[in-house]
Amino acid sequence: MSETTTAPDQRTVSGVAIRLEGVTKRYPGQQKPAVDSVDLEIAAGETVMFVGPSGCGKTTLLKMLNRLIEPSGGKIFLGDEDVTGQDPDRLRRRIGYVIQAGGLFPHMTVGTNIGLVPGMLGWDKERIAERTDELLDLVGLDPEVYRARYPKELSGGQQQRVGVARALAADPPVLLMDEPFGAVDPITRQRLQDELLRIQEELGKTIVFVTHDFDEAVKLGDKIVVFDVGARVVQYDTPEAILAEPAEEYVADFVGAGATLKQLTLTRVADTELHTPVTAQAGEDSAAVVARATAAGEQYVVVTDGRGRPISWPSVAELTRTTTVPATRDDRLPVVGLRSTLNDALDTMLAASQGGVVVTGRRDSVAGVLVVEQVMAAIQATRGETRG
Amino acid sequence: MWQYLLDRRDLIAFQAYQHVSLVVQCVVLATVLAVGLAVLAYRSPRITSLANSVSAIGLTIPSFALLGLLLAPFGFGITPAVVAVVFYAALPVLRNAVVGLAGVDQSLVESARGIGMSRLATLWRVELPLAWPVILAGVRVSTQMVMGIAAVAAYVLGPGLGSLIFSGLSRLGGANALNATLVGTIAIVLLALVLDVVLVLVGRLTTSKGIRV
Repeated sequence: MSETTTAPDQRTVSGVAIRLEGVTKRYPGQQKPAVDSVDLEIAAGETVMFVGPSGCGKTTLLKMLNRLIEPSGGKIFLGDEDVTGQDPDRLRRRIGYVIQAGGLFPHMTVGTNIGLVPGMLGWDKERIAERTDELLDLVGLDPEVYRARYPKELSGGQQQRVGVARALAADPPVLLMDEPFGAVDPITRQRLQDELLRIQEELGKTIVFVTHDFDEAVKLGDKIVVFDVGARVVQYDTPEAILAEPAEEYVADFVGAGATLKQLTLTRVADTELHTPVTAQAGEDSAAVVARATAAGEQYVVVTDGRGRPISWPSVAELTRTTTVPATRDDRLPVVGLRSTLNDALDTMLAASQGGVVVTGRRDSVAGVLVVEQVMAAIQATRGETRG
Repeated sequence: MWQYLLDRRDLIAFQAYQHVSLVVQCVVLATVLAVGLAVLAYRSPRITSLANSVSAIGLTIPSFALLGLLLAPFGFGITPAVVAVVFYAALPVLRNAVVGLAGVDQSLVESARGIGMSRLATLWRVELPLAWPVILAGVRVSTQMVMGIAAVAAYVLGPGLGSLIFSGLSRLGGANALNATLVGTIAIVLLALVLDVVLVLVGRLTTSKGIRV
């Protein structure tokens, strides 16, 4: 159907378009319908965020897409196919579904959880095992370590990652996410968001994402739908357009438009000029690395593991005291993704009490370093823009 | 008493075997029936409260009275014993199964439905395994309780250690009467303990590591 027009780069698209025609949900005994005749078109490969006050019907609308809630009227199309009358169980195996805390089954291992949908689709064991490992790798969990674990042995963020992996297991074209990151702490949430952006860049699914956090919507969405009561679509546009020109007073209030720092959530880390750091692999000879850093005039060195992922960020002075570059992982290492917002980067720096963050790109490899001065410069620039 | 035990060890062993066999078979049957009923009942709050009252009231019926009443339709023998034991065994299991199934996190049920599991698959692969520890706790209570009730069932000439107790009681003061009663009672208590240990083991083997406490 329509191609992704918002992305400047050529993006892979494996999703299909979704079209809603007059979708309505009426509950018996209620005067007003919970969802009142919604028409909506979502382009293939786009991430569309549903935002609105609680009780506005956004979750109901989402659940009608995979028919967890049966619509009282209207039609739903996936691609050109009318799925309104299709067997719901079979439909749902083609639509990934992620809920808060992942909705993992506590009595099954991580591997079993991920393999459920492929199993229902009749894949053979070997293929399921292969796919499970592939997906764990995709969401940044080592298959050897996590495959046989139970959900209770994982942190909230890890559970959520497994939830995403499970939803992607059978490679569905559409992913529905119902406030998936609502129950984790802010730093973990930001990492999960970065990861989703990275995964989405690789896969290009059509994602419908319900959230009550407008910053999250701005960060993750190609488009945002702002709903009012009865799932009335008040505005459906790109985050930039909604922030710049809210369609109604209601939207302006809801998004808190006008706040200049809001623009920080629109600027991506990738949009700024990143500093290229001196990197070293764990286990390298320290003296050589120190020499390299001194030659480049650097104070700090980013240490990576065997797969190019950052693990620590020691100073040159610290390294001179060692013989080989240590492989210890610094849990407080400030890291953001290329698609993170400057807001996230600043948050991360503050949380780690550091003047900079390591920026990672594909498969979590080092893409550069962002320092606080650059964030300040960006703030100055946007303030200048909005004033002038 | 020791001499009494040695003299009749074959008979006692046989009756102990019969007793355990009756209890185990009845508990298995009762569990299947009770879980089946619970599956039908737990979605409706009205039927759930009905099931709970039935199991509460049912347990207040004196077993001796029920056995007596069952004599009319079934006559003497093994049938009324089995019916009575299954009836009592089913009640705690029914109650726990309803509570266990109703206690399964609804977001997990929705998650199961959301990834395309059918109603039946959700019950079989998600709800029952998650409710299993609670159901099994009911089975343990049942087993302990019907060990005693099965003894009373000997009154209607059912099998088991109860016949030892009753024959002892009926000729109290006679030779070996006290011995018979004591041996029967102690054997039942010991067997109940053994069965409980077995059930704990079964619980460990059949409960997923992921939900074990």
